[in-house]
Amino acid sequence: MRFGILRFPGSCDERDALHAASLVGEAEILWHQERDLRGVDAVIVPGGFSYGDHLRAGAIARFSPVMAAVEAFAREGGPVLGICNGFQVLCEAGLLPGALLPNLSLRFVCRQVEVEVVSTDCAWTRGCTGGERLSVPAKHQTGRYYAPDAVLEELRANDQVVLAYAPGHNFNGSAGDVAGVANAAGNVLGLMPHPEHAVDALTGSTDGLKLLSSVVPVAAASR
Amino acid sequence: MRVQVLIRPKAGILDPQGQTVERALPALGFEGVTGVHVGRLIELDAEDPSRVPEMCEALLANPLIEDYEIVEEGAPDAPRSPS
Repeated sequence: MRFGILRFPGSCDERDALHAASLVGEAEILWHQERDLRGVDAVIVPGGFSYGDHLRAGAIARFSPVMAAVEAFAREGGPVLGICNGFQVLCEAGLLPGALLPNLSLRFVCRQVEVEVVSTDCAWTRGCTGGERLSVPAKHQTGRYYAPDAVLEELRANDQVVLAYAPGHNFNGSAGDVAGVANAAGNVLGLMPHPEHAVDALTGSTDGLKLLSSVVPVAAASR
Repeated sequence: MRVQVLIRPKAGILDPQGQTVERALPALGFEGVTGVHVGRLIELDAEDPSRVPEMCEALLANPLIEDYEIVEEGAPDAPRSPS
């Protein structure tokens, strides 16, 4: 099982993602100019920034050469995880429904949050238990999930709302407490909190590993 | 052709930036102001202004959360000479 971690100009969490993925499999960095994914079994679009996010978060990165390859990989059912800026990139690319708006407080917030696993019908939560709480850090200024009400209802009905902020933890004002959404097929997941920063008891939680290790049997089965 | 693209948060989506400005105005003595929204203005010289809507859909705006209005202004902007 080999993870590919994208690196855009401005990515800053790709090394943590590389470390986290290497705890459950092999992992390598894929530069944004690459046109093929070198046969990796899963892709992580990491957090940080991409191309400065000068226009809107993720708006430029979606046009990078590597994203064309990621789109094709995702449409063939390949597991893709977008974390924070990576979530914004996947939404801008149309691989995930919705958009991320500035936090209601308009402030950058960095804190540990609890999220509930709402659906385990997703490549990245298959190893979790429905309803279990994961403790992971979140750190962003543009993380308020938005989708029109009708879309949100449809997402809920299809089990695409995979992670929700636990009561009292929706600090950014996300619609329907959504912390993470999947595509209809369940192979692409985006979330604002950072599982790659929750892989060592030293920093308070290892819950992030549950998401990363969920994908290992999925990737093995699709070979 | 000089073109202005006005980008606004879509109606119905919470606009905390607009709300903050709206709350600040009375504190400075400007009473009676409501419906404040903060958006973006993009100005550009386009050889083919008929392609601007396409640019808006693909990059300049996110149509899920933003409305855009295209205003064609006429002659391109004069080249900026260093002052």
